[in-house]
Amino acid sequence: MTYRVHVRVMPRSGLLDPQGQAVEHALSALGFAEAGGVRVGRAIELEVAAPTRADAEARARQMCDKLLANPVTEDYLLQVEER
Amino acid sequence: MLNVAVVQFPGSNSDHDAVRAAAAVGANSYLVWHRDTDLRGADVVILPGGFSYGDYLRAGAIARFSPVMAAVQRHAADGGAVLGICNGFQILCEAHLLPGALMRNAGLHFVAKPVDVTVERTDTPFTGAFTEGQRVRLPVAHGEGRFLAGDDTLRMLEAEGRVVLRYVADTEGSPYQPNPNGSAAHIAGIRNAGGNVVGMMPHPERADEPVLGLADGRGFFISMAAGKPQPATAKVLNR
Repeated sequence: MTYRVHVRVMPRSGLLDPQGQAVEHALSALGFAEAGGVRVGRAIELEVAAPTRADAEARARQMCDKLLANPVTEDYLLQVEER
Repeated sequence: MLNVAVVQFPGSNSDHDAVRAAAAVGANSYLVWHRDTDLRGADVVILPGGFSYGDYLRAGAIARFSPVMAAVQRHAADGGAVLGICNGFQILCEAHLLPGALMRNAGLHFVAKPVDVTVERTDTPFTGAFTEGQRVRLPVAHGEGRFLAGDDTLRMLEAEGRVVLRYVADTEGSPYQPNPNGSAAHIAGIRNAGGNVVGMMPHPERADEPVLGLADGRGFFISMAAGKPQPATAKVLNR
């Protein structure tokens, strides 16, 4: 079975996110004064061949812990769907 | 003779500077390609500055998995000296040879300019030639140099005296920006528990001759060479 895995990597909440701040300033300069709390992260998509959805998720979690996210500075969210 | 291996990753850009700076203090310095697995009898390993693998994903994240890194890990575990400069520091953090991480500069700008740093530890293979508290002027050139670690790790680094270099505080009268990247506790360089692995954001290899404008960087290489004294080195140092 092949699963499509969506990984959302975000800077740890509470950490300074200068990219988010810069985007927020830019939005405000464009007239979107109502925008706030902007944070910029990264989305990664991949396909994982695995016997079950749980296996696919477990493997994807290892990939995140080892490479896709840095546990010191980032949190991640996984979403697994059948292809 | 002191063997100094400078690892060349795709995207390294201070590799030749590091080879030259090490040779200038009498070392036998040479490049080791990132796909090599043999450090060729290295006494010291330098991970140079640059943008290994285009900084894809995160700075240093991909380089950490280069074949050569297994040999670097073994070298470090055996107590061998390792210096990570700029991107090399980022790689050492990603490889868990040093704690913490280096994040996007607080001001978002890439900073390329001189900074003043204080040498806080002289008991590393790369800082023995300085005096404790000595202020040195070195160039930085990075977009991701904001050192960050969990509160526990920061406390541990301070308690164990593992902060090697710190950007001078704004009260200390430096003509340069005191902390160019928003680094936690003004940290510019740290060492591992054993003291043999050092990571630093400033570039000593670009500032080791008066002709380069700054020469304080030479002290890091003199320290390195003094770690294994031999006649050829002494001759160069006395020049």
